[in-house]
Amino acid sequence: MQQLRWLAPAPDFRTRLRALAAETDDIWPKAVALANTQIDFTRTNALDETVRRRLDGSPPPGLTTKPVRLAVLGSSTLAHLHAGIRVACLRRNIYATTYENDYGQYLQELLDPNSGLHAFKPTAVLLAFDAAHLTQGLHAALSDNDAKAAFEDICQRLVQCWTLIRDAFGCPIMQQTVLDPFPALLGNNEHRLPGSKSRFVARLNAALRALADAHGVDLVALDDQLRRDGLATWHDPSLWHRSKQEVSPALSPTYGELVARLIAARQGRSYKCLVLDLDNTLWGGVIGDDGLDGIVLGQGSALGEGFTAVQEYAKDLARRGIILAVSSKNDEANALEPFEKHPEMVLRRTDIASFRANWDDKAANIRAVAEELNIGLDSLVFLDDNPFERNFVREQLPMVAVPEVPDDDPALVPGVLADAGYFESLAITDDDRQRSAQYQENRAREQLRATATDLDSYLRALDMRMVWNRFDSVGQQRVVQLINKTNQFNLTTRRHTDADVQAVMADPKSFGLQIRLLDRFGDNGIIAIVIGRMLDDEAVTIDTWLMSCRVLGRQVEPTTLNLIAEQARALGAKKLIGEYIPTKKNGMVRDHYAKLGFTVVETRPDGGSIAELDLTRYEPASTFIHVAEGAYA
Amino acid sequence: MTDETKIYADLTEIFNDVFATDNMKLTPTLSAKDVAGWDSFKQIEIMVSVEERFNIKLNTKEIDSLKCVGDLVNVISKKAA
Repeated sequence: MQQLRWLAPAPDFRTRLRALAAETDDIWPKAVALANTQIDFTRTNALDETVRRRLDGSPPPGLTTKPVRLAVLGSSTLAHLHAGIRVACLRRNIYATTYENDYGQYLQELLDPNSGLHAFKPTAVLLAFDAAHLTQGLHAALSDNDAKAAFEDICQRLVQCWTLIRDAFGCPIMQQTVLDPFPALLGNNEHRLPGSKSRFVARLNAALRALADAHGVDLVALDDQLRRDGLATWHDPSLWHRSKQEVSPALSPTYGELVARLIAARQGRSYKCLVLDLDNTLWGGVIGDDGLDGIVLGQGSALGEGFTAVQEYAKDLARRGIILAVSSKNDEANALEPFEKHPEMVLRRTDIASFRANWDDKAANIRAVAEELNIGLDSLVFLDDNPFERNFVREQLPMVAVPEVPDDDPALVPGVLADAGYFESLAITDDDRQRSAQYQENRAREQLRATATDLDSYLRALDMRMVWNRFDSVGQQRVVQLINKTNQFNLTTRRHTDADVQAVMADPKSFGLQIRLLDRFGDNGIIAIVIGRMLDDEAVTIDTWLMSCRVLGRQVEPTTLNLIAEQARALGAKKLIGEYIPTKKNGMVRDHYAKLGFTVVETRPDGGSIAELDLTRYEPASTFIHVAEGAYA
Repeated sequence: MTDETKIYADLTEIFNDVFATDNMKLTPTLSAKDVAGWDSFKQIEIMVSVEERFNIKLNTKEIDSLKCVGDLVNVISKKAA
């Protein structure tokens, strides 16, 4: 099994690592680049050691992501997996420190407020229990009832751990599913032996799905991974006896990937958009040369069906919320022809949110895609069969993910994309399912704007309705997702957790608003989040105000302010306080409060500012948006 | 290059990677006590790397009998032959 096969190999790894160790400047960007090469566990360890020696326990200055303090708890040796996890976080531009409980002492440490675990103050916890620990006491002579009781007992103990962690740290929990190293005792019909450890593990892994969902725990699906790679790849029985390493140290890069993907997804840092090349990526041949009849696609040839499979995988990604785009060196008319006329095309023009077919270089086109869709370059994955184009984009745009794909067999491409885990998601929301429709609606809006004679008539013709609601458990997932991934239109960029959002819901002196925008073309989904908090002196401070950039220029900002003012007045406030905390990405809202009529009362050296609005004199702005309180379910 | 020289060359690469250095000097009598940081974890890292590089599987007895680099080279040359 070739680990990290979607990353480009680095023949000069050793030289680059030595250079990194000697680097006098900020080592972080170069370390991230090295982590994004195809490295085995030894190189992973070496990179981890170098980075840790240089950073000496504190995150690099100016990091835009949230550092993670991960506690890895278990009952066997796990130390050999930490470097893999930390480097996989590094790969995602996330700084991670890790902690491991004293051997076998996870429960004691959870229970003891003076333990090293509590002193570590984790912001995420991974439970990685070995199968031997979870099946203790089980044996082949056990009765059905005793086996059932043992099963219930284990489930309860897992839930108890989760509850302890949640109460103590209020942080996200990851539960590794159980590796099954046990030899069969009956054989094919192993399930007829109540005391079979192998069946016990299989049942536990099945039960963990519902149990974890019910308790808001994310799974690290080691069992799924094992099903694909085989037990022998992941587990070496001799090593288990020698060092109590259940997962082979050689697999630490892949193990780290599984964990880091969840950490990144929790921060809203999964990739959002797949940018597709056309010739020899979506179909065989070159449309400009071979013509509609000449390209290879669909039934009739193995190669053609391979390309169909690529398209079907992309289409399914789109159905679950991944945005599709095209970047192709072609005349636009040629590039569009298969989408409009080829009977075997699975993808249609309406599936593509941004279509760039021209003779500009690919980096320029990928930049244009990001701009048009209003998403960061670091949320794009670029799929191209051509090694030259891949390397060019990697060099020009290192933040874009560019998977290595076998250039001679499209049948293998979906597997590589899936293995790379770019689009790891923790949940699927209605917004995700409707995303591709939303981009189509956007095109309809653009057309209306083009025909409208002036802005007012365009806004009026849109027939906009703002439907708002207080934070609730139904919308919570989406609220946390937006709070953690919105970078540009975000006044304070405060990253709140599930627990923070629940605290807002419970506090009568605070209000959290989730705001949806609909218009004649459709539902834009939740497009703005506001958190306000009453202070002692009859003022409400706006802790968080963020908005999706796709509704810029639609009068959402003044309409939202009307809503905030109304909520603040209901709490008895006479003043609104707005704060701007500058980041690398939120320069667009520097003058947000001034534009809305606030008075800037304080400007900080870093460009941040505090602004106030006198609510006793505030007149609601008149806009073209109709506002209503509504339900989100 | 004799087989043994080749094994030493490959092993030196592995040791350099494992101990993140450029100048590991392997001799037949070199053992864990001579190298800073050569603990039981590094030992396993070396074993797993050796198995991957030489495409062999070392059994428990063989690993237990290793006292120095020379022993390791002997096992490899026997198994990889």
